[in-house]
Amino acid sequence: MALNGAAAHPAGRPAGPVLEMSDVHKAYGEREVVRGVSFSIAPGECYGLLGPNGAGKTTSLRLALGLTEPASGRIRLLGHDVLTDARRARRGVGVVPQMDNLDPDFTVSENLLVYGRYFGESDAAIAGRIPQLLDFAGLAGRGNTRIQELSGGMKRRLTMARALVNDPQVIFMDEPTTGLDPQARHLIWERLKTLVAQGRTLLLTTHFMDEAERLCTRLAIMDEGRIIAEGSPRELIARHIEPDVIEAFGDGAADWARAVASRASRVEVAGETVFCYTADARPLLADLDQSRDFRYLHRPANLEDVFLKLTGRDLRD
Amino acid sequence: MSNYALPVLSLRFLPVWRRNFLVWRKLAIPSVLGNLADPMIYMLGLGYGLGSLLPSVAGVSYVAFLAAGTVCFSTTNSATFETLYSGFSRMHVQRTWDAIMNAPVALDDVVLAELLWATAKAFLSGLAILVVVWAMGLSHSPLSLWALAVVVLVGLCFSSLGLVITALAPSYDFFMYYFTLVITPMSMLCGVFFPIGQLPPGLHELALVLPLSHATLLARPLLLGQVPEDILLHIVVLLAYAVAGFYAAVVLLRRRLLK
Repeated sequence: MALNGAAAHPAGRPAGPVLEMSDVHKAYGEREVVRGVSFSIAPGECYGLLGPNGAGKTTSLRLALGLTEPASGRIRLLGHDVLTDARRARRGVGVVPQMDNLDPDFTVSENLLVYGRYFGESDAAIAGRIPQLLDFAGLAGRGNTRIQELSGGMKRRLTMARALVNDPQVIFMDEPTTGLDPQARHLIWERLKTLVAQGRTLLLTTHFMDEAERLCTRLAIMDEGRIIAEGSPRELIARHIEPDVIEAFGDGAADWARAVASRASRVEVAGETVFCYTADARPLLADLDQSRDFRYLHRPANLEDVFLKLTGRDLRD
Repeated sequence: MSNYALPVLSLRFLPVWRRNFLVWRKLAIPSVLGNLADPMIYMLGLGYGLGSLLPSVAGVSYVAFLAAGTVCFSTTNSATFETLYSGFSRMHVQRTWDAIMNAPVALDDVVLAELLWATAKAFLSGLAILVVVWAMGLSHSPLSLWALAVVVLVGLCFSSLGLVITALAPSYDFFMYYFTLVITPMSMLCGVFFPIGQLPPGLHELALVLPLSHATLLARPLLLGQVPEDILLHIVVLLAYAVAGFYAAVVLLRRRLLK
């Protein structure tokens, strides 16, 4: 396994999609949480599942891993039918869960060793990989450290290393950077890019739009158990939203927005802030040049705008 | 797969069992001392203290009578504590089972591993008491070696039942009900401290339905150098509790965790 080198998996990729879900439904009692989800991930992609809380992202991951059964639909993972053969499919998968579930009674190295055994690997084979895995996680020389002594970022990186102990073709990550500081997030992003460069396939869920925009080659936006948009970040922005945004906030911003509403293609108000979406910001900027009491910001539209347009600004608890 | 499908047993449980063993090894000395100290205090305190007031119980000194009860009850407690508190920690608090099930290991494998791990720990508890019993000369018949087999059965039986309770538990507090309503009454009804024959009618019949009675009815004669009566019946009852409990635990845990 060449964790730190390039192209670990040029050969040995499955010919077909890595993961294929077709019209998958899942209900908890009366509540249907996944309502006809279909998507397909090709080898080498970094595919993102985005959505507000309760959109069905984590349930979709659990379904894909065969940890819960769908009410209907077909799921194939690495060429195996997950309904009948989930265990075999999981041999080629690494999982980074949302909540850290490292073994608190073990050291860093013991966590990797014990986890590798679950894949039926010999102690010698796992031990041979541990230095590389620690290196990848930025934990070189910390093999004998106890888990309690690791920072949040270190624990997440160790969880990533643990997910690589079986040299997986595909890695599932459920909100990989939630709760981490910016330095720790950037380090995780670098490692994810390395994994993609090695030819591995990534499936990640997130509700950080900048994360998705930065990492994902393709993504699906989920809401209320359905995929409501799918494509590359650029495509989604081009397809769903005007290219320019002016955000204005403070006293008078709302009045100004009402006055110029005809010159913007869409205006949204969220609390004190107005968002003017437009294909041509020049007339609005010219108007703003006359001294105004409120502050404003002109920026290109991003994935977050698409997301909020499609899923709304209401809080999801 | 239906939640009610029969459990699939495979050797995949082994790495999970080894995980628990590795944790235990780090804390082995306090763990063994804890397993040993409490029951020894009861056995020696009651055995010699209370025993000095008694002429003899079932034809032997009270401490020799109490030895078999202590072996069985200590094994019961060890299996129960492991599957309740430690099992619940691994399942619910640390999410260790979730991590394991992301690997190519199924829930059935994890539950089997927990059963056999708790049985192994319970065996160690029973063995520790037996060693003291032998060392003190409270039992000197070769037949008493068969008590080790009884200890295994008791371990399997109460580990299975413990896993059922863990599968149902919303939090640690829930376990109090099981101890208060099941384990403690059993310790009084099932021939641990005094012969079942002392119970009034009604309670006597109830006692014979409970698994711990069948454990003491096997272990006591063996420690006293006699061949127990109705051996097959006692073994079948203990195994039936173990098998039914394991199946119920697997079904309940599937419903809890694979949804």
